Amino acid sequence: MSVQTTDYTVSEIRSPAAFITSRVFIYGALVFWAFVCLFPIYWTITTSFKSAVDVTQGHLIPFVDFTPDWKGWRSLGLSPDSIFQTSTVRDEFLKRFMNSVITSVGASALAIIIGSLAAYGLVRYRYKFAWFRNEDISFFFLSQLILPPVVLALPFLVLYREVALLDTRIGLVLLYTLMVLPIVIWIMRDQFNSIPVELEEAALVDGLSIWGAFFRIVMPIALPGMVAAFILAMVLCWNEYFFAALLTSTDAKTIPVMVASQTGSQGINWWSMAALATAAIAPLAIIGIALERYLIMGMTAGSVK
Amino acid sequence: MQRFSVRNCVKKKREEARSVAEQTSTANAWPANPADLIPQGRKRLGWSLLAVASLALLAIIVVQILYKTEMSTVGFDTWRPVIYAYILWGAALGAWQVLTRGEDGQRALFLLPALLFTIAMVIFPTLFGFYIALTDWNLSSFAGRRFNGLDNFWQMLADPYYRNALFNMVLYVLAVLVEYVIAFGLALLLNAQISARKFFRVVFLLPLMLSPVAVSWMVGKSLMEYRFGPAATLARHLGWDNPAFFSDPITARISIMMLDAWTFIPFMMIMLLAGLQAMSREVLEAARVDGATAWQTFWQVTFPLMLPVSVTAVILRIIFKLKLADIIITLTSGGPGGATDSVSSFIYREYRDRSNVGYGTMLAMAYLIIIVVFVTWLLKVASRFVRNVN
Repeated sequence: MSVQTTDYTVSEIRSPAAFITSRVFIYGALVFWAFVCLFPIYWTITTSFKSAVDVTQGHLIPFVDFTPDWKGWRSLGLSPDSIFQTSTVRDEFLKRFMNSVITSVGASALAIIIGSLAAYGLVRYRYKFAWFRNEDISFFFLSQLILPPVVLALPFLVLYREVALLDTRIGLVLLYTLMVLPIVIWIMRDQFNSIPVELEEAALVDGLSIWGAFFRIVMPIALPGMVAAFILAMVLCWNEYFFAALLTSTDAKTIPVMVASQTGSQGINWWSMAALATAAIAPLAIIGIALERYLIMGMTAGSVK
Repeated sequence: MQRFSVRNCVKKKREEARSVAEQTSTANAWPANPADLIPQGRKRLGWSLLAVASLALLAIIVVQILYKTEMSTVGFDTWRPVIYAYILWGAALGAWQVLTRGEDGQRALFLLPALLFTIAMVIFPTLFGFYIALTDWNLSSFAGRRFNGLDNFWQMLADPYYRNALFNMVLYVLAVLVEYVIAFGLALLLNAQISARKFFRVVFLLPLMLSPVAVSWMVGKSLMEYRFGPAATLARHLGWDNPAFFSDPITARISIMMLDAWTFIPFMMIMLLAGLQAMSREVLEAARVDGATAWQTFWQVTFPLMLPVSVTAVILRIIFKLKLADIIITLTSGGPGGATDSVSSFIYREYRDRSNVGYGTMLAMAYLIIIVVFVTWLLKVASRFVRNVN
């Protein structure tokens, strides 16, 4: 290779044509994938404003193809004209919605509490439990991740009946906590590892107890990580269907179960289905857009060193 | 018995502080070895607390067993008091640790809640599951459960649908490689010098947030609907005369894979993007200075450097893929003819449609063993692979 003088603008040496081609390609691909991601969401939202004819004729663009109508939302009791009237569907929907909120927030919170404590202990102290050491205990927690729900589902169905937890929100909260605990421990271990140990040393020398140091010094620093773990856990719990479908019947049904059971006798009412689906995905979509930074932080914990 | 040993710099530092304190005053000094200097009375209190709690837990279990087997008339209707007793026992265990072992006990307290919770929620149900797997329990039969040894196991070996579901899982897991390629491409795009990067990142992330059930209804059943779905219309325009996405086995499988990929590609994409952003600029700059083309830079610098992250992302994705169920349950119920069944959805229907708890549990337990072996093997191979390349 011939000796050249090179500087940091090597990339701009290429011909303008090649540069423009690569730009066009990059933006083309970006826009294409953005379309792939957004179109189903657009379809869901617009369908909730369509009437039967517009759905079956595949109309796409509101005001051009079809006149939007509150039909889907009215059937849920959530349109402007029906929101102040009594509606059994709305009551049902709100009940399911609250079930989803309570189970996912409850499970995420419980998992964050016990998961953070365990992660902190595993990072800072050496344990020996019979012949299990820290690495074994960590592995025990993280290995729960590969446990498929179907393995636990049937035993839990039987056990929950015995302890009267079938079709209760507490029962779901416990299972969801178990489901997200490995992920929380994974994220929080990474978080606590990044906190310098000197901070706690100083606190301990100043006379704080171990737990005092944890709550007053470590917790505030690790808070962003906790938020990240909480959001990721929320997403998983909110969308969970398998356990909810098997273990709930009337009282504790969550939104995904309600969505899945929307087949009427005359086929599917797409407008109300779409309205329901929109309502089911909206909370997480909003959280995802608003707190995207934390979500990414949670997903990348421990993968990049 | 538990014994926790502490080897930590925190500890060392603190012991220095302690020895200073001990020299100045003995009454209020921090003990050098906490276990030695805890008053006997406190230790005794701890032990008796644990003994009482353990006895109470045992007593409740025994009373319940006697009541449920109709050997006594005293007892509770459900087993729920046993749970309360377990929680109280856990609290007593924690108190015992703190009372008898002082600061070491306080350290154990960090780990205890998660440990007790996981053990109660996993170990016991799994063992119970292995027992159910050996019974002929069908909820719709009046006979109740009867131990029938390995009958379920032999039935499983002869079950073509289960084998088919396992085979489908192999296909679904292989589809992860395609997802990986797409996710890597997207991560590279997001890592390029583009404007509105944050906007694209948020948009690309959105599918991950959506409930798979809502997605399978609105995308699978509506968007890909044969008559009016825009996807079918598009397919007709592109020259596919008969765009039925779920009617023949191969197309149906591919449709399921595509839907699942759509929701989970962002997950891998974000991990890979983080890997790309953590890569040092100097290496890439050096490659460019040496005159490497973009293609060479990618294959000989970026890709090898990204291997560890890639392996983590792919393995995590495979673990999630092995749980695949909701999309199939809501969209095809395994059809046509079991072609799209995953193991989870197959077992789900085995229970829901045929109430076959015993047999379904045997299938689930066999699946558990298969994937534990598979994932262990995968982790071994992956770590060796990463070591060899780097």
